[in-house]
Amino acid sequence: MLEIKNLHARIAEDGTEILRGVDLKVKAGEVAAIMGPNGSGKSTLSYVLAGREDYEVTEGDILFNGESVLDMDPAERSAAGLFLAFQYPMEIPGVATMEFLKVAMNAQRKARGQEELKIPELMKRVRGAAEELDMDMSMLKRPLNVGFSGGEKKRAEILQMKLLEPALCVLDETDSGLDIDALKIVADGVNAMRSPDRAIVVITHYQRLLDYIVPDSVHVLYKGRVVKSGDKVLAQELEKSGYAGLVGEAA
Amino acid sequence: MPAVQETIDQVRMIDVDQYRYGFETLIESDKAPKGLNEDIIRFISAKKGEPEWMTEWRLHAYERWLTMQEPSWARVSYPKIDFQDLHYYSAPKSQAGPSSLDEVDPELLRTYEKLGIPLKEQEILAGVRKAGEPSPLDGEADEAGENVYQSGRVAVDAVFDSVSVVTTFKKELAKAGVIFCSISEAIREHPELVRKYLGSVVPPTDNFYATLNSAVFTDGSFVYVPKGVRCPMELSTYFRINEKNTGQFERTLIIAEEGSYVSYLEGCTAPQRDENQLHAAVVELIALDDAEIKYSTVQNWYPGDAQGKGGIYNFVTKRGDCRGKNSKISWTQVETGSAITWKYPSCLLRGDNSRGEFYSIAVSNGHQQIDSGTKMIHLGKNTSSRIISKGISAGNSNNTYRGQVSAHRKAANARNFTQCDSLLIGNDCGAHTVPYIEAKNATAQFEHEATTSKISEDQLFYVMQRGIPEEEAIALIVNGFVKDVIQELPMEFAVEAQKLIGISLEGSVG
Repeated sequence: MLEIKNLHARIAEDGTEILRGVDLKVKAGEVAAIMGPNGSGKSTLSYVLAGREDYEVTEGDILFNGESVLDMDPAERSAAGLFLAFQYPMEIPGVATMEFLKVAMNAQRKARGQEELKIPELMKRVRGAAEELDMDMSMLKRPLNVGFSGGEKKRAEILQMKLLEPALCVLDETDSGLDIDALKIVADGVNAMRSPDRAIVVITHYQRLLDYIVPDSVHVLYKGRVVKSGDKVLAQELEKSGYAGLVGEAA
Repeated sequence: MPAVQETIDQVRMIDVDQYRYGFETLIESDKAPKGLNEDIIRFISAKKGEPEWMTEWRLHAYERWLTMQEPSWARVSYPKIDFQDLHYYSAPKSQAGPSSLDEVDPELLRTYEKLGIPLKEQEILAGVRKAGEPSPLDGEADEAGENVYQSGRVAVDAVFDSVSVVTTFKKELAKAGVIFCSISEAIREHPELVRKYLGSVVPPTDNFYATLNSAVFTDGSFVYVPKGVRCPMELSTYFRINEKNTGQFERTLIIAEEGSYVSYLEGCTAPQRDENQLHAAVVELIALDDAEIKYSTVQNWYPGDAQGKGGIYNFVTKRGDCRGKNSKISWTQVETGSAITWKYPSCLLRGDNSRGEFYSIAVSNGHQQIDSGTKMIHLGKNTSSRIISKGISAGNSNNTYRGQVSAHRKAANARNFTQCDSLLIGNDCGAHTVPYIEAKNATAQFEHEATTSKISEDQLFYVMQRGIPEEEAIALIVNGFVKDVIQELPMEFAVEAQKLIGISLEGSVG
């Protein structure tokens, strides 16, 4: 489903190279975890996947279902089925969460040549998804992410992910800022989305999240490259011995 | 202008340049020769069958105007206007005072149809009532059904170029005792009211453009709501400039008698043209004891081409006089069009406990220049005012908020709250805030808040990541930014306004 080939990317403004040849394959139905110390390029990788303009791809390619996405803008990639759950979701003042969901869902449907959702159908879907995430409907009347707690923001991200039904979910540090109860709810939300036609990439600094979202593969990113890959055992080892040993190996 | 959902969609299809309303109706005009002098003024006055006092009033204004200088303090620049190179009167020729739609030039009706303006009875978002619109005059214990009726109906006084061509809903209004007609008709039919109130808020000597308007105004609306009457429907005038080089000079006068209420909607578009068009309207509102006037505008005149040429010059004087105690005047405006906007809808808070409100969204794109704001002049005791201004600048445009809040010596306990927010899109536009605050009374409390922000790359990326294309994403963020003001608009206007803002910002990025 996702194939990253020798991906090099730098910050457009000052030319600082962050990704230095990332190689990664994630199959449909797979949950892949990307781990790594701070500054290894994890968040940059998620931004580059989603098509953020501040980064320039200088070499390599990103294939999504066999096709390069490099010429697509963020909205096109999203409509093609790529979803990024943000580490720091943005506040959108004055735009009710419900309104935002409606615009987003219908924009994607339009891009795929589908009919817009009628309001009752839309409400039904949103209500169902919100209940599964233990979210109060009154929250959906508030402007998106404005004044939301850390946990509420992350839940709102998962809610959007459920409703947009992407083929590829990328979760960037979704565990940061969550207490254990919220973490469980979010993890359950993600696990509920596991499916044979969907790939999930979980980016995290800690093993903790992986106790709840058990990955099929684990990849360690360091200095802009994948330096080690393995299964969930690798994550447990990292939890015990830290990144230091691995980093030494790589260097 | 009523917010028929399809209006914008229909208009979108008529794709002329960036400006979606750019088409011209081929109706022969009966126009005055170019230039301005006493004869032209007499010509206009005679055309309208005005009484002698009106002609004199105009001539006095003209004499005064000759001694005045065009103001230059606003942050706008434009080539000098040659006032002798304009026509001051133009009327569709077939107009001979039609009494029903059947008598109206079908070409004209088609123009309205293109714009989606139904002149016949309208079915506008029936059943939708603007939530939480508390009015101090709400005492009549309305049933819900009645409210639906009230907000779902709009009476249109159509102004085509200079002459009111057709007026609908007259009978129903007459039943309530409300007078809603063209100002020309009012001068003929209700001279005592016009003489008493015309120029009593904006005197003929007020400023260069208002004085010019006083001399040459051709038409506009007149509203009179008698004592204790809550006007049974929203009143709406649809302006459209349609004759080459015809400066349009509307004059609107609204009088709300003791304990009455009226909501007035004004919306305008103009066909595309090459030469600049001057528009200098005067609007006067008078609210007597316990009366309330709500005046809403959606202005979408031709802003000029990609180089900024050919747009409308909009120099407007709008002022409301809260003359009676406990009176209230509220201005809500959405300004998206015009090459130049020079406009400061103001409130004179004369009556004790009176209240003035100003809610504004000003969107500038391309080479548009906006210098707009309000004045809240506190004269009576315990008067209060509220100003919410949202400026959005994109392209190479300049957007200035200029506002004055003052408390007179006797204005004990005057209160004002002002919030001015500016949003910038791109790096080549400007936003400016110029507040003038003056309190001559120690008990006055004035608050002023101002912010300037840019749509951040982070926000835009986030919204687009959800599959929303760039222009839609910007429109969504901007509509969020202006929500406080949109909420103040009557429902049928609000939908329209949101769409217009989206259209106005098209091409502002990338």
